[in-house]
Amino acid sequence: MAERSFKAEVEHLRKGDGDVFTGEGILALTKALLENGVGYVGGYQGAPISHLMDVLADAEDLMAELDVRFEANASEAAAAAMLAASVHYPIRGAVTFKGSVGVNVASDALANLASSGVNGGALVIVGEDYGEGSSIMQERSHAFAMKSQFWLLDPRPNLPSIVKAVGDGFELSEASNTPVMLMVRIRSCHVTGSFPTRDNKRPTLSVRQALSNPQKDFSRVVLPPMSYMHEQDKVKKRWPAAEKYIMEHGLNERFGPEQSRIGIVCQGGMYNGVVRALQRLGLADIYGQTDIPIYCLNVTYPLVRDEFMSFAEGKEAVLVIEEGQPEFIEQQLGSMLYRAGSSVKLHGKDMLPLAGEYTGQVMLDGVTAFLKEHAADMLPGAVLAPNEPKPEIPDLSSTVPIRPPGFCTGCPERPIFAAMKLVQQELGQHQISGDIGCHLFASLPPFEIGGQTMGYGLGPASNAAFDGGGEKRAISILGDGGFWHNGLSSSIGNMVFNKSDSVAIIVDNYYSAATGGQDIMSSRAKNDTKATNNPISKALKGVGVEWVRQIDRTYDVPKMREVIHEALTTDYKGPKVIVASSECMLNRQRREKPLKKKAISEGRRVEAPRFGVDEDVCTGDHACIRLSGCPSLSLKTLDDPLRDDPVASIDQTCVGCGNCGEVADAAVLCPSFYRADVVHNPTGFEKWWADKRKAVIGWLQARRDAKRLDVTEVA
Amino acid sequence: MNAETGISGAMAQRTPDERLAGIIKLAIMAVGGQGGGVLTSWIESLARSQGYACQATSVAGVAQRTGATIYYIEMAPKEAGQPEPVFSLAPASGDVDILIAAEMMEAGRAIMRGFVTPDRTTLIASTHRALAVSEKMVPGDGIANAEEVRAAAEIAAARVIMADMEQAAVQKGSVISASLFGALAGSGTLPFERAAFEDAIRASGKGVEASLRAFAAGYEAAQNPEGDSAPAPQPSGTKSVGVKGPKSALKKWENLVARVNALPAPVAEMAMPGLRKVVNFQDVEYGAAYLAKIESILAKDSAEKGHDLTREAAKYVANAMAYDDIIRVADLKTRARRFDRIRAEMGAGDDQVLQLTEFMHPRAEEIAGMLPARMGARIEADAKWMARLDRWFNKGRRMRTDSLRAFAMLYVLGGLKGWRLKTHRHTIEMAHLESWLETALSHLPERYGMAVEIIRCRRLIKGYSDTHARGLSKFDRVLEGAALVASRDDGPDWVARLREAALQDEDGKALDGALKTIRSFA
Repeated sequence: MAERSFKAEVEHLRKGDGDVFTGEGILALTKALLENGVGYVGGYQGAPISHLMDVLADAEDLMAELDVRFEANASEAAAAAMLAASVHYPIRGAVTFKGSVGVNVASDALANLASSGVNGGALVIVGEDYGEGSSIMQERSHAFAMKSQFWLLDPRPNLPSIVKAVGDGFELSEASNTPVMLMVRIRSCHVTGSFPTRDNKRPTLSVRQALSNPQKDFSRVVLPPMSYMHEQDKVKKRWPAAEKYIMEHGLNERFGPEQSRIGIVCQGGMYNGVVRALQRLGLADIYGQTDIPIYCLNVTYPLVRDEFMSFAEGKEAVLVIEEGQPEFIEQQLGSMLYRAGSSVKLHGKDMLPLAGEYTGQVMLDGVTAFLKEHAADMLPGAVLAPNEPKPEIPDLSSTVPIRPPGFCTGCPERPIFAAMKLVQQELGQHQISGDIGCHLFASLPPFEIGGQTMGYGLGPASNAAFDGGGEKRAISILGDGGFWHNGLSSSIGNMVFNKSDSVAIIVDNYYSAATGGQDIMSSRAKNDTKATNNPISKALKGVGVEWVRQIDRTYDVPKMREVIHEALTTDYKGPKVIVASSECMLNRQRREKPLKKKAISEGRRVEAPRFGVDEDVCTGDHACIRLSGCPSLSLKTLDDPLRDDPVASIDQTCVGCGNCGEVADAAVLCPSFYRADVVHNPTGFEKWWADKRKAVIGWLQARRDAKRLDVTEVA
Repeated sequence: MNAETGISGAMAQRTPDERLAGIIKLAIMAVGGQGGGVLTSWIESLARSQGYACQATSVAGVAQRTGATIYYIEMAPKEAGQPEPVFSLAPASGDVDILIAAEMMEAGRAIMRGFVTPDRTTLIASTHRALAVSEKMVPGDGIANAEEVRAAAEIAAARVIMADMEQAAVQKGSVISASLFGALAGSGTLPFERAAFEDAIRASGKGVEASLRAFAAGYEAAQNPEGDSAPAPQPSGTKSVGVKGPKSALKKWENLVARVNALPAPVAEMAMPGLRKVVNFQDVEYGAAYLAKIESILAKDSAEKGHDLTREAAKYVANAMAYDDIIRVADLKTRARRFDRIRAEMGAGDDQVLQLTEFMHPRAEEIAGMLPARMGARIEADAKWMARLDRWFNKGRRMRTDSLRAFAMLYVLGGLKGWRLKTHRHTIEMAHLESWLETALSHLPERYGMAVEIIRCRRLIKGYSDTHARGLSKFDRVLEGAALVASRDDGPDWVARLREAALQDEDGKALDGALKTIRSFA
């Protein structure tokens, strides 16, 4: 069960003709798929389209009613491969994953799919994880569209445009026998708005029906000589067909006056930013009516020569606004102009930054620079000659601390890395490689464990050079998500086959946690439509790992430390794999909190644990925080002139995971921590016995207090 | 660039669209997990209910895991027959009307990013702190300076509304998103009635009552933001001291208090809490010994320097004399006051049972420290004996102090004060104290500043076991460095710098660097 439930919102997906849908971009995408008669959907979760997978999973019942098959694919490659159903059958299919990393993983299948060509519309919805809030390397999915030749849509970031792009994508795909990639950026995925809905449509041919009447076409197989024909087909038939469709159906849009000596070409996704810059310069109104002509590329690949040349005609200069690098669009447009012997001056990355997100300020500066050079008369006076001195705002850059994401309160991964830190304090620093997932937060302070990440499920594989072993063994981390995605074969299989002497630690938190808590094969939850409860350790043994240690409670730091220590020092040659399992606390709390509340209100006995710090005992050295970093373990400045440094303090968000106590014990830190378990609805005997004990303890305390001098502050 | 190009029609400069000013741009900067998403959806449904076109965006993903996050909303009145306005998906610097910061440093971050500008931005910020890991993990005091952010906010924002919205919400059993929504309503920056805000909360249907209470608290806070009227915290030295105990001890205590009052005011201000600490640690006689030390230092001090030396000594000698041993910990853990405090903090009522678990991990060193001085010293020097003690005692012990057995054990240990002064640990601590004071005072009278700085270096010694050992070694290294610069005029500055460096990181890397610098010239 995923972190966020869309069960309530999914009901809106039933809306039909004449209704209006209001909500988030990803829900609009789902609705659009259903309205366009999609026959099967799938994908792999990852920001920013994780929620799209969640919506699809929550909409499974509705989709079943419509004969739409939903598959939670094992990886992006698996998802892209599923589109093979559209190669022979006239069935529309859509898959979703994140770009560019998901596209990297899927590229093998995508290249084959693009070579074969498709019969039914094939849509790849890519959440482009670029710019602020991104968690990956900054690259463009655009290059994949160019190299494999599938079309790339980049619609304007509002719900009606995104919904329209889904329909356009399917039509374009079918008209040109080419798969289409629909790109939605981070903020487009979560942008809210409204669009008029249409009735959902059943697929004309369902995947179930297709099985009754199997089809094959030898000419679609990617093997010579067909593959040579595919290449010719791509440029001779599919490309011209696509251009024709794009022009005839007006997929790209033009705004503003027909005639002007300047113009702007932008990706659809950049449109709102461009308009905002023009609005701020007084060159566009609130509804986007602009004085500068805009040629808005809702299709960023292929570029349609005739359309662009007619836009450029009669203009002195054109500014291309294209986010990310390399500047593929600008290069192609430049080449078109050059070949036509045009005198239009093309600007782009000379006035806008080569790399990085095109934020509001960047866009404003870029557009202003362009206008200053080519249409200074259009700029408001204040831009040309700013006369108001801006007030000096103090520089806070050395005051405000950075706040990268980290482990949540009570995270079961924290004690694993606390144990690793302790082991390294004893055995020295080791070569450690990380992987993709929440566990990568361990590379940040306070743990600073792991110095590289090569891709999902590739943690152990990225330590392969060290598999031969040495004085100290290499360690790698792998999450359960990564394990099932790719890790079992590429990382663990690789270790076994090459007789690796290294250590791999598999962090098993019962979910694909970093992407929002989706179920995976080893999840412990019961899932009606998916096969869960497949233990990782069983898979390990199956591929030939002999040295496997299963830990069922990661919070046991001494035990965790002992096992890691053993893996690093044992005489056993061969891969050593530790499976460290405890449930993701975010998901566990979401599951247990309501149950606990209910139990308390029903009068059942419930223990509620929470940790605390005795501030008189704490000396303020913060050693505990250097083994934790938990959000609920913070600092407090005491009102005591004798104390220089703040002491540790635990707030009411503590979930009582136990890491503080375990670490204090394992690292022999200090006796400041205590755990308080409040017992709600204690049994009669329990209460009676507790009262008796309290009486004796109270008597002893009073006895001592009477004998000693006790000096307290009175405010 | 003029009419000569022939297409001047479109080129004439137009008056900016007045409706653009009607777009309200609101950004929320929060820490992942604070409920920024809920706040955003409330604002959105509020705007739509009031006939506004509204668009919200957020960046989900891993940024939600305790990292800094940002939500952005734009809204404008709907006009009949017109399409949806074109809204931006992200805030631009210099173009934000309302900035809600759900934490003090996030307010600072908003200012840094240019989202708060004096011409237009109302800054609504919660003054509470959620400390970043980089602030918490420093061995010294790494907490960022909130006053700098406050000062910058006063300059950067057109209007500042600041209050502890976290506390306002928690007190009402809710979360900060509700109190911030209330503050937004109270700020009057949105053209909607209070009731419309409350309806938006009701429409969401979850935890409505608690949210409305926190909303009201936030509303009030915005209408009466924190001003200068808040009572300044009393300087601690002026606090009166409550004391109880046997009559004979009380009488001796009165004498000690009289001695403290006879000290110069700045010294007495520190000596009073110092005296309290050592008396609570041991007894009145121990307090007398403390005062004797302070008085002897005072005799060498100079009024011209404001008695800085004695004041600092009053602080650090008290800390040194009230060292952290098993007896102190056991005593603190078994006091009635502590039990009451924990019950209150955990919100345990009378009909609930409170179980209390302590995490103890004694090592051979602690056990040897409890033995009589000579015997303890002998054993500590004997590796075999120490190994044996480790075998017997060195393991994690979880003690349920609500149970009679564990309580009794700690109670007995906590009552060993009579024994304490004979122990090996006490001898070690006193020897260290004496040698430290001797080093410091040896700089008198010529190098007064050096003496003060060396007294202050006692700050480095804190923690238990390994942390304590590391603190001691840093202390030693700082004093070594101090010896190198003792005769320089800027010697005291260097010692202060070394001390600050030693508090920057656990492994003492900054200290190594500072020492290297000193060695390069000294």
